[in-house]
Amino acid sequence: MALEPKKNAMPTQDAKVRAHNFQEVALGYTEEIALKEASRCLNCKNRPCVAACPVNINIPDFIMSVKKGDYEGAYQIISQSSSLPAVCGRVCPQETQCEGKCTMGVKFESVGIGRLERFVADYHNNHVTAKASAPASNGHKVAVVGSGPSGLTCAGDLAKKGYKVTVYEALHTAGGVLVYGIPEFRLPKAIVAKEVNTLKELGVDVETNVVIGKTLTVDELFEMGNEAVFIGSGAGLPMFMNIPGESLNGVYSANEFLTRSNLMKAYRDKNDTPIMKGGKVAVVGGGNVAMDAARTALRLGAEKVYIIYRRSMTELPARREEVEHAEEEGIDFRILTNPVEILGYNNPDDRRDPKNGFVRAIRCIKMELGEPDERGRRRPIAVPGSEFELDVDTVVMALGTSPNPLIKNTTPGLEVNAHGGIIINEDGLTSRDAVYAGGDAVTGAATVISAMGAGKVAAKAIDEYLSKK
Amino acid sequence: MYKIVRRKVLNPTVIQLEIEAPLVAKKALPGQFIILRVDADGERIPLTVAGTNADEGTVKIIFQVVGTTTEKLKHKMEGECIADFVGPLGRPTEMEGIKKVCIVGGGVGCAISMPLAQAFHKAGANVTSIIGFRNKDLVILEEEFREASDKLIIMSDDGSYGRKGVVTEPLKELLEAGEKFDTIITIGPVIMMKFVVETARPFGTPVVVSMNPIMIDGTGMCGGCRLTLNQDGKRVTKFACVDGPDFNGYEVDFDEAMARGGMYRSFERSSHEETCNLFKMEVK
Repeated sequence: MALEPKKNAMPTQDAKVRAHNFQEVALGYTEEIALKEASRCLNCKNRPCVAACPVNINIPDFIMSVKKGDYEGAYQIISQSSSLPAVCGRVCPQETQCEGKCTMGVKFESVGIGRLERFVADYHNNHVTAKASAPASNGHKVAVVGSGPSGLTCAGDLAKKGYKVTVYEALHTAGGVLVYGIPEFRLPKAIVAKEVNTLKELGVDVETNVVIGKTLTVDELFEMGNEAVFIGSGAGLPMFMNIPGESLNGVYSANEFLTRSNLMKAYRDKNDTPIMKGGKVAVVGGGNVAMDAARTALRLGAEKVYIIYRRSMTELPARREEVEHAEEEGIDFRILTNPVEILGYNNPDDRRDPKNGFVRAIRCIKMELGEPDERGRRRPIAVPGSEFELDVDTVVMALGTSPNPLIKNTTPGLEVNAHGGIIINEDGLTSRDAVYAGGDAVTGAATVISAMGAGKVAAKAIDEYLSKK
Repeated sequence: MYKIVRRKVLNPTVIQLEIEAPLVAKKALPGQFIILRVDADGERIPLTVAGTNADEGTVKIIFQVVGTTTEKLKHKMEGECIADFVGPLGRPTEMEGIKKVCIVGGGVGCAISMPLAQAFHKAGANVTSIIGFRNKDLVILEEEFREASDKLIIMSDDGSYGRKGVVTEPLKELLEAGEKFDTIITIGPVIMMKFVVETARPFGTPVVVSMNPIMIDGTGMCGGCRLTLNQDGKRVTKFACVDGPDFNGYEVDFDEAMARGGMYRSFERSSHEETCNLFKMEVK
């Protein structure tokens, strides 16, 4: 059979339709497409994809199972390495990880590994009703702080080894960034709930509404009989640009905007949580979070959505697929542009004008790319005299976050770096005995899969540490 | 789920609840707050802790019915549960070294200042409380304040109870008469706190204000509760949930805080009206 050079396309909702709903954009491979795509895998010897996966999923083996039509077998292979296959198949940046190293990709398009992973996970979720069962207890107790990707992974790996794990979540729903940050149209919340439920079946306790550092401290977790603690508390306070006008009504951090829509369900009609809908929206930033915010604004009914990014399209840090989806949906990319001020309404004749104090426009300056900086990215430089205004009603700042201070401030001996990230060694161990950490709490804003990788490393180290005890 | 153990109507729009939340009850200190959701799909709202009973594992909150969520909460009776209750959040009020304090509360803000008065009283400080209400019917917690205060001044806007006038009038008189407070702590509407600061400014008395901005997570994640402080000529962004809710009154940009507090006013109004109609239909 001739080798198919191109990856099988992912069926998606039509861009014009999906721009107005919150249903999932990518519909997933059918069985027929999955079989075709699986047959593109060369099952090569050196397996570069496995090494490029942060959790080292045995990719060629699972694809060979798909090829044979043994989808549940494929699921079991993925499950050995990943606790959240349905999530990763959707949100991993495969193009820079497994698929980026795929041998097929040298001459042709890489194998659609992420799409196959999603197919396998969805097949399992739709066809297999047997519950996971809790393994025999090994008598050890571990506490996990945060129920995002790193915490869920760490908890899952430990639970499978017989540890009694309790996950503490500050919010009212488990899932961390998977529920408050990533929108429904990219990751349906039912899928996250299902993954959390699988962990519960494995015997993991999930305690919501507990803020570690406030409700309980790390030291109290030890007093309660836990022998190790994993901190996966995630991203912290949002960053702003420190330009005039950022406190005007209608200026959001991406965290707030997405939390209102995703976690608090402000996108649904008749919901109690308010959010600014409609009008013109500017999202500042070029990462995945910026794309999520822009596409959410569009779906909430905005008539026009801009992405304002100071470098060019090639430097956009967001996943290519997200950028393409955003472009198809009609997001207006204003690249090589940087905001200098947000302007508000101020009616001098009527102090009670309800528009007073709300955003009216964003003033920007054009940028050009200069010499590469220390990271090799060309530095954007403002073009003098190129300032202009865009009329907008809402501005969303998607500029990243700084780590949350609550745990650091209440855990004596826990060392953090200059950015506030928790310092760990290669095993995920912090400066405190038996306290491990991973994910955004360590690295600052990064990807779901890198957080999962960190949770996995820590789970292994915790197991080794407690087995020796 | 978190059970309502006791419920007390303090005035027609202000209700006190004691809610079973043992972990919060064990930790909460005066000045800290909690976040609750009445039901699944409900809004998260912050409310200051008005007292705790660690033995019983209950936390006291006092709220005024202003919008959809508080309207729903009003309809929750003893023995019923609310969906979520998390805390204690924010930093406790700084009490160390304060021997003589003036507490200035306005309206439902008195619910938050009362436990502070009690805490200072218990710690042996001299407590002056000035509390203001719109009229006699809205006066709350008078007995509690009387017990916790060395001096209590009650004000009403219309003169129907206590003295007629606003809280800054007796504060100014006291300061002019030479009263030396280590600090003034004020809790209430932002506009009132702004004027308390202006009243104290000529006398150089420190003023601590308790800010109550719009919040979602309350744990330092969303940034919705940000406010601006003027510190040494610089404008600095702070987050009420992790840096506050108490701030140095001389630094806070009150005008900005007031504008931000009104961000969803039109939404709140229409949403509350809809909710009210829903409850009316249930009654039929």
